[in-house]
Amino acid sequence: MKRLLLTAVAAMAPLCAETYVIQNATVMTVAKGTIKNASIVVKDGKITEVGTQVTVPPGAKIIDATNQFVTPGIIDCHSHIAGDGGINEGSTSVSSMVDIKDIVNPEDIGIYRALAGGVTTANILHGSANSIGGKTVALKMRWGKDAEGMIFEGATPGIKFALGENPKRAGNPTGGNVNATPARYPATRMGVEDVIREAFNDAKAYKAEWDAYEAAKAKGEQVISPRRDLQMEALKEVLEGKRYVHVHSYRADEILMMIRIADENGFKVRTFQHVLEGYKVAKEIAAHGAGASTFSDWWSYKVEAFDAIPYNAALMTKKGVVVSINSDDAEQMRHLNLEAGKAMKYGGLNEEEALALVTLNPAKQLGIQDRVGSIEVGKDADLVIYDKMPLSAYAKVQKVLIDGTVYFDRDNEISSRAAKEAEKQKLIDKEKDVRATPPASAPRRPQQ
Amino acid sequence: MRPIGLILACTLAAFAGADNTFFLRNADVYPVTAPEMKGVNVLVQDGKIAEIGAKLVAPKGVRVIEAKGLRVYPGMIDSGTELGLSEVPAERVTVDTGEIGEFMPQLKALIAVNPDSEHFPVVRVNGITSVMTYPSSGGRGGGRGGGGAQQFIAGQAALIHTEGWTWEEMAIDRSAAMHLIFPTLGRTGGRGNFDSAMLEMIPGATGGTFTAAKRSYDQQVTKITEFFDKARQYQKERAVKGPGFKTDLKLEAMMPVLEGKTPLAVSAARASVIHDAIQFAEKQKVKIVILQPRDVLKAAPELKEKNIPVILGRVLALPDQEDSAYDESFTEPAAAFKAGVKFAFGTFNNEFVRNLPYQAATAVAFGLPPEEALKAVTINPAEIWGHGKEIGSVEKGKWADLMVTNGDPLEVQTQMKYLFIKGKEISLQNKQTKLWERYLSRQ
Repeated sequence: MKRLLLTAVAAMAPLCAETYVIQNATVMTVAKGTIKNASIVVKDGKITEVGTQVTVPPGAKIIDATNQFVTPGIIDCHSHIAGDGGINEGSTSVSSMVDIKDIVNPEDIGIYRALAGGVTTANILHGSANSIGGKTVALKMRWGKDAEGMIFEGATPGIKFALGENPKRAGNPTGGNVNATPARYPATRMGVEDVIREAFNDAKAYKAEWDAYEAAKAKGEQVISPRRDLQMEALKEVLEGKRYVHVHSYRADEILMMIRIADENGFKVRTFQHVLEGYKVAKEIAAHGAGASTFSDWWSYKVEAFDAIPYNAALMTKKGVVVSINSDDAEQMRHLNLEAGKAMKYGGLNEEEALALVTLNPAKQLGIQDRVGSIEVGKDADLVIYDKMPLSAYAKVQKVLIDGTVYFDRDNEISSRAAKEAEKQKLIDKEKDVRATPPASAPRRPQQ
Repeated sequence: MRPIGLILACTLAAFAGADNTFFLRNADVYPVTAPEMKGVNVLVQDGKIAEIGAKLVAPKGVRVIEAKGLRVYPGMIDSGTELGLSEVPAERVTVDTGEIGEFMPQLKALIAVNPDSEHFPVVRVNGITSVMTYPSSGGRGGGRGGGGAQQFIAGQAALIHTEGWTWEEMAIDRSAAMHLIFPTLGRTGGRGNFDSAMLEMIPGATGGTFTAAKRSYDQQVTKITEFFDKARQYQKERAVKGPGFKTDLKLEAMMPVLEGKTPLAVSAARASVIHDAIQFAEKQKVKIVILQPRDVLKAAPELKEKNIPVILGRVLALPDQEDSAYDESFTEPAAAFKAGVKFAFGTFNNEFVRNLPYQAATAVAFGLPPEEALKAVTINPAEIWGHGKEIGSVEKGKWADLMVTNGDPLEVQTQMKYLFIKGKEISLQNKQTKLWERYLSRQ
């Protein structure tokens, strides 16, 4: 199985970035409107020209996109693919020392499938078992590269917090895990608030210790450095604005609670994740300056998801919140364009606003909007070519470019299938032969 | 046309005030079973479609709805749900799908349907006017945390409208199918897994493990056969009603199945299991419908030959195996159609019921003809569940289960303008629209 996959990987590993001109397409730039019969020039991994009149550089490969649509690469602000199976260090209520970056599995087939669904960048998060979870990492879906080659270079790292049912259930003896001994604190929303408050109480003291040390050192004093505490270090970075806080949340009360803790401790929540009741406190979220990354229409799977409405994205957008639609799921991740399209049906966003939910807005939420999220000169050439209007349920992805390299091409994918199937069959046959033929050294049974 | 219209006008006077009688004027009608008719009128009388025609005149006193530029389609049918039986899957107390017991044919989904479930108004506004609702996931009540106990016959699935004051009023068919969960070769669970798939590719590949799995599988199939034998024996005794005969509710419930009146809806994923299920049904001389097949293409020739319909699961699903084509589930409906298999769609999760049209649209994007996608959510399920004469198309004499839209009903941006179930206009409000309106107005 593994062998088979590796062969497939090797066969598909894209070459270095070429110069392309995507011609005659409807280009949905997200930042600067939609341009019909437009072309995009891609050079050295960047977008160098966009418009109805472009100069074709010598040696450029032409991609004819007549009757097709080009959008910025889809960005998923909440995913767990490439997480190597275990993403919940739930044994402690504050696991800020662990990092998803350390366990990126570049061979997870989920990466290729996401890519085939137009995703070019994804925020890979720790799970939601604890109030303060592990560190997060943004990846580009550069299928075929190693773990380091996937990491979105220069993106501000994040950390996952979690409120509500999940963190309280993990330790609550009357909740999901009845066998937990001793029960892990917290078991209520009150306890979740306290865990976060206590952690920042400690982190502020830790930061003060380090600040004092750095100040003394700067003055030339002979001082011994405080002990480095990796659990506190991540929270110190939060206090310094060097690490984004992504908060798993559902109910309006807990969202408001988190905003007030952040205010009190002098940091910002970068995004609320899921945030299914965000529409109830959109005003407060907007005032705090947090983004909201939600589902298109999932609801009812648990009590805290029972007041979820498919109008959430549109309503928060109308109230001035920067909103994205995420997947949190390897399947949903493959059609985020369709999920964004639902915000037109539910709440009446226009095409550009809807498409921004899965492109420019998540880019802003992850602080990478100077690099990706829209089709503009100077940005990374992360582009998706669709056969139909991308917000339609009938659209399908034809090609995906990342950094100006074609990482997915549906035509190639289809035409290479027969060869892959033949290779697989060959391996199966070989396996059959091996099993059918007894080892030469084995004593033979008498033949009848 | 005209004389009929006149006669109708006279008889209608008495019904003028009824809330299930109305006249749609100048609509584009997409009957599904016939070519579209542009700019025609539809008369609905007493909840049924009374007449469709360009020259049809609105009877006096009947409510007239101007439908210029709007489209009329039959309401959609989801063939795989637990609607009314499961509210919040994570909370066992809100779930009534999974009873204790291996053979429970006497259980009826219908009588546990909560007409006030918040799910009904939510799925209705997207045009889903009827659904199959199934008992399933054996033991512990069902839902998340259920499904612990092995179950073979889960009970009777009901075909219901998504609107009504009581479950009695909602019922289209109290017992549209008997749900049989066919055993799985290898690990448990309806959806396939790496092990069983590999086992099927390489017979004897894992030696002892395969033998053990096969033995356990055979034992389970035998158990089902024995139960059917018992039911058949009862059927004979029941015909004679000799001294000492006593009604057995469990076996009594099997009679419509043995008589070929109620089909078995068989959950079977793998090709070999589907084959076994078909063989079983032939031997038992019962009708079957296959639910959520994963290997539908491998099974297609036999399904077509034996004229066995299938209910395809979610189109928006992950591929079965790590090395399966990324678009496997997207292309399956088109391939099933090309292979001549009759199918309908099911979403098999209450949360996804409202996305039934977009599942169908994805199948179109990957090769299914659009008219076939529409059939798979309307007339096909109606026929598969034995109610093609009452629902599933816009035709004279059928229930007026109608969606009136401003465009293609499978497209995500299309808006519902009116919705009718049995001719009654259905409010397009639900819990979610109310929350939206309420919080939009928050200053």
